[in-house]
Amino acid sequence: MPTYDLEVNGLRGFNAALHELAGTTPNEPWELVNPKGSHAIAVGLDAPIDVTVAGSTGYYCGGMNKQATIRVAGSVGPGVAENMMSGTVIVEGDASQYAGATGHGGLLVIKGNASSRCGISMKGIDIVVHGNIGHMSAFMGQAGTLVVCGDAGDALGDSLYEARLFVRGSVKSLGADCIEKEMRPEHLELLADLLARAESDARPEEFRRYGSARKLYNFNIDNAY
Amino acid sequence: MSNDIPRTVPIQSATFSNPVNAEIRRAAATGIYDIRGGGAKRHVPHFDDLLFLGASVSRYPLEGYREACGTGVTLGTRFAQNPVELEIPITIAGMSFGALSAQAKEALGRGATLAGTSTTTGDGGMTPEERGHSKTLVYQYLPSRYGMNPDDLRKADAIEVVVGQGAKPGGGGMLLGQKIDDRVAEMRTLPKGIDQRSACRHPDWTGPDDLEIKILELREITGWKVPIYVKVGATRPYYDVALAVKAGADVVVIDGMQGGTAATQDVFIEHVGIPTLASIRPAVKALQDLGVHREVQLVVSGGIRNGADVAKAMALGADAVSIGTAAMVALGDNDPKYEDDYQALGTTAGAYDDWHEGNDPAGITTQDPVLAARLDPIEGGRRLRNYLSVMTLEAQTIARACGHNHLHNLEPEDLCALTMEAAAMAQVPLAGTDWYPGKPGSGY
Repeated sequence: MPTYDLEVNGLRGFNAALHELAGTTPNEPWELVNPKGSHAIAVGLDAPIDVTVAGSTGYYCGGMNKQATIRVAGSVGPGVAENMMSGTVIVEGDASQYAGATGHGGLLVIKGNASSRCGISMKGIDIVVHGNIGHMSAFMGQAGTLVVCGDAGDALGDSLYEARLFVRGSVKSLGADCIEKEMRPEHLELLADLLARAESDARPEEFRRYGSARKLYNFNIDNAY
Repeated sequence: MSNDIPRTVPIQSATFSNPVNAEIRRAAATGIYDIRGGGAKRHVPHFDDLLFLGASVSRYPLEGYREACGTGVTLGTRFAQNPVELEIPITIAGMSFGALSAQAKEALGRGATLAGTSTTTGDGGMTPEERGHSKTLVYQYLPSRYGMNPDDLRKADAIEVVVGQGAKPGGGGMLLGQKIDDRVAEMRTLPKGIDQRSACRHPDWTGPDDLEIKILELREITGWKVPIYVKVGATRPYYDVALAVKAGADVVVIDGMQGGTAATQDVFIEHVGIPTLASIRPAVKALQDLGVHREVQLVVSGGIRNGADVAKAMALGADAVSIGTAAMVALGDNDPKYEDDYQALGTTAGAYDDWHEGNDPAGITTQDPVLAARLDPIEGGRRLRNYLSVMTLEAQTIARACGHNHLHNLEPEDLCALTMEAAAMAQVPLAGTDWYPGKPGSGY
């Protein structure tokens, strides 16, 4: 297994080496040691490769990921897996703000808690948070699924489009145009699949579903703030 | 008493003018603020308020037709491996597919390529037509991230992180449902026919320290190959430019309030931001104070219309300019040949600004396939090329008259101002004097 020491060899060399794998099917997993909270670790990958980051990271770890499976054995700074297209990012610890922001696809799993604006402007990504999430999460969420096994903070799903939100615990408040919706069998099926892939033992029937009331879809002065 | 006593003539209020009263009545009837496209329509100090001081005894000119006057510019020399090389210092500003028809985007790409300059994507991502017809394409990185993906990012010749634009600094965008057809909806991952909102700030960074890290991420994804621009709406140009430089920008784009938008509130367009003319000298001073003027290039946009405007912006310290509205006019926007259609829409050629409604008779700001087909992208590209060529020739003519063998050699000393306001903003003397308001040592 190739092991890369970020402290010794630097960020540019690590990302460049992983970018060299684009278009290939690598056989061996990679490990990054001494991440020391660095920013932009393993960004822009485009190969079905397993990458383990042995420690905590700064901003944008796994940003714009395609295909790769990135596991962070620590916590992550803001914007983990931002704009992810496909693949999987797994965070063993906690995540700071904007986790999974604008992600178009793939699966982001946060085993700890996620801070505010988790899933902001999400566009197709699936996010499973084992713990709690902060305020303004899924703001302007367009598509994809956000699953929260713990509690959600204020203004969940504010100005939501078509993203699907599931929360097992309490929701401090719902944002503008976000409402609780009926949980139907297809939603339980969707949840069961995501929870299994996210290594969570939570049961789908424990969750409640939230979505857009669609009252902001076309401008109406009565809905203006 | 005689009946022929002179009566006081009716006097319209300058404060409550007919247009003002009409807007009050419209607001009272609808309860909705006015949304429109374009930039500020009000009169503001502009390049027309400056004049060039041609050569005479104290300076000698270059021969107008025979002596060379360079126009090329290189953007992104600070960090990028592959800076953008342009034959002319006039670029095409970001305008989205969605706001504009596919034909219009193609025409912009064709015209820019023929003229040897760059064009720019917009909110909504990069279309294959646009990439295919643009030799040099700048990919905008916007708060909405509609259509953003790493593959297109790597196809770009430069990346422009859009913090704001002159028409609406501090505001987000909108694309009304009439223009969200199947293709636009798919590119933006939105339901068809909704009123699409674009966020006013980026979803995953706030402030200059975060921006520095965001730029690092974009450079890592693209291998440090292409330049990264930062575009700001003109409000506090000195500080915004300084912070963009601190964050690592290769190029700073500053857009004045005359710069256009596809759609936003009229009150925003007319009352937020500062004129282009007022933004240039503070921006240049920020670069100079940091010792990076010409190393970090400055692109100025907002109301650039002709070669004189190009030359004036460059004389004040810009490395290049960018045009949006003028390029649309070159393609046919607001052309009087569509006057009957404009009348049917309740407006007239030259005043049409309901670009958000998607009914553009010229086929530019629309997704209606019938209207869009009115614009021939090949002919449109030819017209844009011609227009860009004329602007360049005009700027060269002025530069030669001032004794310069390259547009970049134009300098503030080539200019004077017609008004006190323009003199103060441009920091060049009032015509016939050696003084401008705020001149150091002048006591005023």
